[in-house]
Amino acid sequence: MEALVVKEVSKHYAEHTALDKVSITIPEKTIFGLLGPNGAGKTTLIRIINQIINKDEGEIIIFGEKLKPGHVENIGYLPEERGLYKKMKVGDQLLYLAQLKGLSRKDALAKIKIWLEKFEIKDWWHKKVEDLSKGMAQKVQFISTVLHEPKLIILDEPFSGFDPVNAQLITEKILELKDQGSTIIFSTHRMETVESLCDHIALINKSKKILEGPKKQIKDQYRSNTFIVEHRGNHFSLPSEKYVLKKQVIIEGDLFSTTIQAKEGINGNQVIRDLIDITDVYSFQERLPTMSDIFISLVKGEGDEALKKHLQEA
Amino acid sequence: MNKVWLIIQREFLIRVRKRSFLIATILVPLLVPTILGGLIYIAVKEADSAKPDKVMVLDESGQFNLDSTKNTKRFHFMPLQIPLEQAKKVYNETKDFAFLYVPQFDINKPEGLVIYTQENPSIEKIGDLESILQDRVRDLKLQEYKIDKEVLKNLKTKINLKQINLSKSGEEKSSNSGILYGLGFALGIMIYIFVLVYGIQIMQGVIDEKTSKVVEVIVSSVKPFQLMLGKIIGIAGVGVLQFLIWIVLITFLSSSVLGYFGLKMPQKQAMEQVAKKIQDEEVKQAVQQQQNMQVNELLNNLGEIPFAKIAFVFVFYFLGGYLLYGALFAAVGSAVESMQESQQFQFPITIPLLIGYFGLFMFVLRDPHGPVSFWLSIIPFTSPVAMVGLIAYGVADWQLALSMFLLIGGFLFTTWVAGRIYRVGILMTGTKVNWKVMVKWFMLRE
Repeated sequence: MEALVVKEVSKHYAEHTALDKVSITIPEKTIFGLLGPNGAGKTTLIRIINQIINKDEGEIIIFGEKLKPGHVENIGYLPEERGLYKKMKVGDQLLYLAQLKGLSRKDALAKIKIWLEKFEIKDWWHKKVEDLSKGMAQKVQFISTVLHEPKLIILDEPFSGFDPVNAQLITEKILELKDQGSTIIFSTHRMETVESLCDHIALINKSKKILEGPKKQIKDQYRSNTFIVEHRGNHFSLPSEKYVLKKQVIIEGDLFSTTIQAKEGINGNQVIRDLIDITDVYSFQERLPTMSDIFISLVKGEGDEALKKHLQEA
Repeated sequence: MNKVWLIIQREFLIRVRKRSFLIATILVPLLVPTILGGLIYIAVKEADSAKPDKVMVLDESGQFNLDSTKNTKRFHFMPLQIPLEQAKKVYNETKDFAFLYVPQFDINKPEGLVIYTQENPSIEKIGDLESILQDRVRDLKLQEYKIDKEVLKNLKTKINLKQINLSKSGEEKSSNSGILYGLGFALGIMIYIFVLVYGIQIMQGVIDEKTSKVVEVIVSSVKPFQLMLGKIIGIAGVGVLQFLIWIVLITFLSSSVLGYFGLKMPQKQAMEQVAKKIQDEEVKQAVQQQQNMQVNELLNNLGEIPFAKIAFVFVFYFLGGYLLYGALFAAVGSAVESMQESQQFQFPITIPLLIGYFGLFMFVLRDPHGPVSFWLSIIPFTSPVAMVGLIAYGVADWQLALSMFLLIGGFLFTTWVAGRIYRVGILMTGTKVNWKVMVKWFMLRE
């Protein structure tokens, strides 16, 4: 089943259109990367899903039902612009936010205890938020997002404010939540996060969705049959009817790296076969597009061909 | 609705649990009378203990006889017997307060009296001196016309008008303009201050939520309007609790203070009854009763004022005015990012309240049943201050009902307007906000 289906959703303001007929399908139990440059409309879409603002047109289906006010209890939202009540104690704060999400006081107390233990911060209950460091406050904020065990978790730039150790800790928790059956929407600029965590992605640019699908499929779609071989000894030549030699650089001493573009229909195995005869192969890999490559080319509006070209040159 | 209740609870509890709330709630009823009392005490004490001013007197007429026998608490007189020019020099070498020169004069047309001073004296001191001289001239005139001072004293009669309101049903109610004025004045100012103080608390709360960025987390659980409403109602609860505590404290304190000054009625009556039984003390009793008359009348007049009604009207108009202006304060808070930035909007929204405040002095208390007072008490933006000022004087039921009805309509209207601005404003950061922008937010579709 789909966790969330966004159908042709639009949002217009007086001077500009924030979302223009955006449709996105988010499968259940996946980590979905919602990508796009600043001002593309991601936050507007997220706010619409959270029912903070209303859409002008379109439809949103959440777990098979039309989105309605009661659904806020199934969603956990960590906004990019986030914060907590500074003068409130950690425990009171979590209790308040959990109750606002529809948890009973008793359930909330029990769950807060479990989560504080999970993060090994049991003794923070009576600490005021203003006395916490930024990283500490972020932990509390993360707990407040997932405390009510939402089926859909929306994280907007979740790692900002975390040091690498805590970012790792949060990553583990996110994967744990996914294993337990939650669907997670990730909105971020950090392509390495997308690369390592997301199963599906959608790219929004200038209020329109320009790309969507499983990450692997997208990467395959942008394969350009480009290979990088590291080898000893510099010169070799390949038959020009099958290959184009793109670039050769010295790595160290007589170790070189050469970028080869194969003509269509020639796969990796064949390239290796051809190479083994003419040079001392040290390493061999296909140059796959990174999410960053895809993001930058598409946002720059260069089109698929330009992206492929960019990948070959790189 | 359940969630609004949670918000109300939080807004109420975080404020009530603050130490500053406890301090303000307990200290205000203690502090205000203490400071007032203290100031009066110091003023009286200073007047008592102030050293008398020395005044040199050159009396060429010889009619005043201002020597040390005429000394008062404020002035000590030192007669001189030297020519004027010389006297001025002598005075200038001293540090005395003044030098009074009295030439020959006609008592029917005293002219040419001069006071020389080294510093600018206060009007009050000059007035005191003048009245001493006037009294002396009057005595001289009495002598001249051969009028006995005692006879003159007996001619003086003091009359206090007893005020009685005759209602349509012929029922008589004694009233006291002074008490009504004081009551209207105090209640009107209280409403004005409380609406401002608590309104600004709302604004502060909204700004805090916006700057700490917790607001987007909250509005993902509740509607912005619910958040605004919860905050406004929660803070209203704080205000009402504070009132209740103040009323209890003030009642307790004032009754014990009145008791201390012997104004407590039951004790008086008991004393009088005892006195009645003892025939010998009949005269004493009469005197005492005479003294008590005025106090009795004052207390009777106080008894005639419908305090329960006034209390109800006061609480209603406090809440109504607070809700009306509180919503506007919430809207302003949502639009700005700091208290400083809010200044430019604060003043315009409080202008109508200010009009009510000035209207209270210029119209309501002076001419409670005039047309301007009527309109001030009817229009929702001014009625909270004007109506509580008016209520002690008596207001027609239909007028009160209309005013209340319009106030309810008024705060529903401002809440609706504010809600539309608030829902957009709290999510906006880094926008330069002016009135035009706020109107645009208001017009935005849901």
